[in-house]
Amino acid sequence: MNRIKQLFEEKKNILSIYYTAGFPNIGDTIKIAEALEKSGADMLEIGFPYSDPVADGPVIQASSKKSLDQGMNLKLLFEQLKDLRKSVTIPVLLMGYVNPVLQFGVKNFCKACAEVGVDGCIVPDLPMVEYEEFYKGCFEEHNLSNVFLITPQTADERIHKIDGLTNGFIYLLSSSATTGKNLEVGNTTENYFSRIKNMNLKNPTMIGFGISDKQTFDKACSYANGAIIGTAFVKAIENGNIEENVSEFMKKFKS
Amino acid sequence: MKYKVNEKGYYGDFGGAYIPEMLYPNVEELRQNYLKIIDDADFQKEFHQLMKDYVGRPSPLYLANRLSARYGANIFLKREDLNHTGAHKINNTIGQILLAEKLGKKRIIAETGAGQHGVATATVCALRNLECVIYMGEVDIERQAPNVARMKMLGAKVVPASSGSKTLKDATNEAMRDWINNPVDTHYIIGSVVGPHPYPDMVAIFQSIISEETKKQLIEQTGNDQPDYVLACVGGGSNAMGMFYHFMEDENVKLIAVEAAGKGVSSGFSAATTYLGKEGVLHGSRSILMQTDDGQVVEPHSVSAGLDYPGIGPQHAHLFKTGRGKYVSITDEESLDAGLLLTQLEGIIPAIESAHALAYLEKMEFKGGENVVVCLSGRGDKDLDTYIKYFKL
Repeated sequence: MNRIKQLFEEKKNILSIYYTAGFPNIGDTIKIAEALEKSGADMLEIGFPYSDPVADGPVIQASSKKSLDQGMNLKLLFEQLKDLRKSVTIPVLLMGYVNPVLQFGVKNFCKACAEVGVDGCIVPDLPMVEYEEFYKGCFEEHNLSNVFLITPQTADERIHKIDGLTNGFIYLLSSSATTGKNLEVGNTTENYFSRIKNMNLKNPTMIGFGISDKQTFDKACSYANGAIIGTAFVKAIENGNIEENVSEFMKKFKS
Repeated sequence: MKYKVNEKGYYGDFGGAYIPEMLYPNVEELRQNYLKIIDDADFQKEFHQLMKDYVGRPSPLYLANRLSARYGANIFLKREDLNHTGAHKINNTIGQILLAEKLGKKRIIAETGAGQHGVATATVCALRNLECVIYMGEVDIERQAPNVARMKMLGAKVVPASSGSKTLKDATNEAMRDWINNPVDTHYIIGSVVGPHPYPDMVAIFQSIISEETKKQLIEQTGNDQPDYVLACVGGGSNAMGMFYHFMEDENVKLIAVEAAGKGVSSGFSAATTYLGKEGVLHGSRSILMQTDDGQVVEPHSVSAGLDYPGIGPQHAHLFKTGRGKYVSITDEESLDAGLLLTQLEGIIPAIESAHALAYLEKMEFKGGENVVVCLSGRGDKDLDTYIKYFKL
């Protein structure tokens, strides 16, 4: 059984952490995964960097650039993840833009994910129609979940279509924004979260973009199966000792 | 219609809309409405009125006699340099600002490299009283100071793009980020035939006035609306697409697109996309782009800021792949020399972008008497510093 499915069946208030592979140092990818699992993270999203990340704010842009400058690429990332499953048991997704995947080759990419024990992918600029026509078969063959995003502007009909194509969870953006904006839960956001909650989707939902502390995390959990933290975490591990930074950061969410 | 966009938003293998969900509602709104709006009689009337009275169209098709004598062919220049604001860019910004108004948008954003598209956007925003924000790479802001001043005079806010190489590609990224963060009231006026569908088609339609006029003018001047060759420079490719548009189905008209070789295609400082690039996705569409094996976009180089882009529009990629268009390249030095030549033979100082198209004439062989149309996409006032430095004037 896919680890993602199992997690959502067994747990509520899931805390998923995003970080950029090869940042702050090129060799940190696995070290961070291990530290996060030890500190209580439920799921990981490892970002593979791209030179032109249009959906990202300054913090994740900078981490991507540094990672690329240090020599990160998909081939190296899969090498780094070779022994992932010897020390990490929680679900792991890869997140990044479509062009590196295209150049790596979709089949090779799916195969490499399956080989190292990656459970799913989030590729924000891969259109639904392309996924359905050219990627879906390959993803399913390798037991990979594909996660789509929705925003407050996404129409109900489209949400149902996304729900039909997704087999992991749906990534609910708290607002239409690049990564790293603060979550302001006003009436509009609450209405949107409630609307999604009442749609009875077959997939679980995770709220992302703008979650940075216990308060915003709890708020998000009241509407969804859990929440995703990215920018705040990437900022927290920028300097200093990885293990200490990770454990310090995670304490905020576990009290 | 084999070179036009299909119902899925593709030109052969190229095109589509590779955008994050945050941009989907905006792009979908455009996709559903752009043809309806453009085809509307009132829209057409207003567009053509502005083209005539504000832009100064039709732009002349000028038979350049001394240039013709030099090459032994009839060289016609399509004078887009005589348009208001000095380049073809205004054709597209007039079209898109009218469209944005119909969609009820209150705020306009755009990217710019050399500043020509930024000036053309700021101009139409002043004309229609809409808020205007222009994204421009920090490096370009420094090297194109007069255009920055023009945009500010026109009331635009110029925001520096400080990520990546701090040039056109990064300005485009920043404009897309702005659009993601302002999904409801903002329209993004993309300046070239790039971006997610329907942008490449929409921009091509607005620029197609170039070839529409050229055909009429050729009949008047030569009795035949089909020349032997049509030439234009290509960065993203908007003037070339406008120049090719009504000739694409005329298979006996040879289409030549001239890319910027920079310091030479093998120098590591080049923007010759079809020569150096591979198929991939950039700025929302599948096309040909300069990239590493890992799919990271490579920084281009050209002396001309308007050609300093690592990709080409998807329709160009299709013309290239099908062989309908011939894609060639010209170095920085060759283009500057061609610019000076036109200045001295015809009394016209061309933009360095357009000078790339002119430079290719040197490499062509004519039997004599062929009709050749070159799109003179912009004037060279903005490039005086570069010319002065190069020729030590």
